[in-house]
Amino acid sequence: MVTRYSLRVLALGYLLFLLVLPVGLIAWRTFARGLAPVLSALTSPSAVHAFEVTLSVASWAVVANTIFGIGAAILLVRHRFPGKRILGALIDLPLAVSPVVVGLALILVYGRFAPAGGWLERHGLQVIFSLPGMVLATVFVSLPLVVRAIVPVLEELGEEQEQAAHTLGATGWQTFRRITIPGIRWALAYGVVLCLARALGEYGAVAVVSGRLVGQTQTLTLFVEERFQNFDQPAAFAAATALALMAVVTLLLTKFLRPKD
Amino acid sequence: MAIEVRDVTKSFGGTPVLRDVSVDIGSGSLTALLGPSGGGKSTLLRIIAGLEQPDTGTVVISGVDATRLSPQRRNVGFVFQHYAAFKHLTVRRNVAFGLEVRKRPKAQVRRRVAELLELVHLEQLADRYPAQLSGGQRQRMALARALAVEPEVLLLDEPFGALDAQVRKELRTWLRRLHDEVHVTTVFVTHDQEEAMDVADEIVVLADGVVEQVGSPHEMYDNPANPFVMSFLGPVTRLDGRLVRPHDIEVCAAEQPGSSAATVTRVVRLGFEVRVETRVAGQDVWAQLTRGSADHLRLDPGDTVYLRPVSNARTLAGSG
Repeated sequence: MVTRYSLRVLALGYLLFLLVLPVGLIAWRTFARGLAPVLSALTSPSAVHAFEVTLSVASWAVVANTIFGIGAAILLVRHRFPGKRILGALIDLPLAVSPVVVGLALILVYGRFAPAGGWLERHGLQVIFSLPGMVLATVFVSLPLVVRAIVPVLEELGEEQEQAAHTLGATGWQTFRRITIPGIRWALAYGVVLCLARALGEYGAVAVVSGRLVGQTQTLTLFVEERFQNFDQPAAFAAATALALMAVVTLLLTKFLRPKD
Repeated sequence: MAIEVRDVTKSFGGTPVLRDVSVDIGSGSLTALLGPSGGGKSTLLRIIAGLEQPDTGTVVISGVDATRLSPQRRNVGFVFQHYAAFKHLTVRRNVAFGLEVRKRPKAQVRRRVAELLELVHLEQLADRYPAQLSGGQRQRMALARALAVEPEVLLLDEPFGALDAQVRKELRTWLRRLHDEVHVTTVFVTHDQEEAMDVADEIVVLADGVVEQVGSPHEMYDNPANPFVMSFLGPVTRLDGRLVRPHDIEVCAAEQPGSSAATVTRVVRLGFEVRVETRVAGQDVWAQLTRGSADHLRLDPGDTVYLRPVSNARTLAGSG
């Protein structure tokens, strides 16, 4: 009896000091002087721009990872080919590599003085210190999320429904759209939301490849950090609270979308 | 011929599953592919459907070489053991699926689906989802779905294998009646000889990837080609080194020409049937009697009786 209560107190206390207190304090500090300063901090041109950059980077990354995720999951579950295990391991790699390393690696390949980056820049596409590089970095760090959400569901779904659709005259595309996608829709939605949450909160890799150009390549997380360094605490806290709110919303969405049975 | 399978071989990772199999399935027939599990019967069915590719050999469906055709071009209906119901679609949409992907006019689809739901007695459940149906209902839905596209042949892979005994019996009677109504060439896979004999016009016995015998149920039961088929299709016992059906053994109280002396070890009464277990020269032999003849003989363990095959009994020299 005593141990059970002390365990609970321990767990709650741990979470209180680690999670609730810091996040709560941010909210508290944000709204300490009422709503007006928060609104004005969040509607300043650089804040609005940071919002826009974050949303644009995150949406591109989600689109790319959704398409790649569905394709890779089908490849991993439904096909046998040499190098399958290597592909599986590669997909999980971004979980193990530090985002800062990801950013540096991208600069090595796509930087202005690297062959690939130089070639792209001569053809009018600047990758590093620009939106494409930030999207690349975000795609990289959130790569496994959609794949890993779909794979177990696709495995459990099995091949028989797809085979039945084939024998009923459905083409590959019809089978994919009418049978496979509906079969994995909740897992797919779950993966997409997870990917979105990760993309919105990404800091390290984006910090390296963006060049942190205020009003140009500054995402919301970079904005928070830059404002904080410049002693503009109201703006930093307001943006941090906005990020935390977005995280809470996506978290609630994942709870809601988690496969029921 | 509705289906002609010629010299088909198939291996999975070096293990041969079908060896030079040739089978002809007549138009409008109801054929059972019967054999022990692992004998290759499901693989043969899947090759006919195009869900597997043979290593060598050809499959001709209604006169067209279908060997290289994809499943969606073969116009076969396939019913899976575990139903393969589309879980996110209602019964009605499941049945309509084949017609919808063929872009048939809506009114025609509605009419055809209604007909089929009536045929399989699921009209009342048309708006339910597969999860809300029993196993037997799901399998009937799968059958209606396969029939909706008016396939040249209907293929059923252990269609009743996942159902309990009671439902299985009902469904197989029902399948027989359905076939008499619809007349579509039907092939079903089963490992249950009773099911094959009950439902099929024609039985193909497959074991170890080889066709052991093809024939009508009674032909095969009365004239099995080899000891394997004989013992697979029904009970056998061994008397004087020959395989014989236990109901073809005559049990006599006194010695007769060609009979062997036997000691009764056990008498088991199973309602109408009585199993008499005996020892003949150190070998176990059992005979199947009706209750009347067993009562007449008044058999008890320890009694000496005389056994011989009845005059028209089919016996085979037993191997092994």
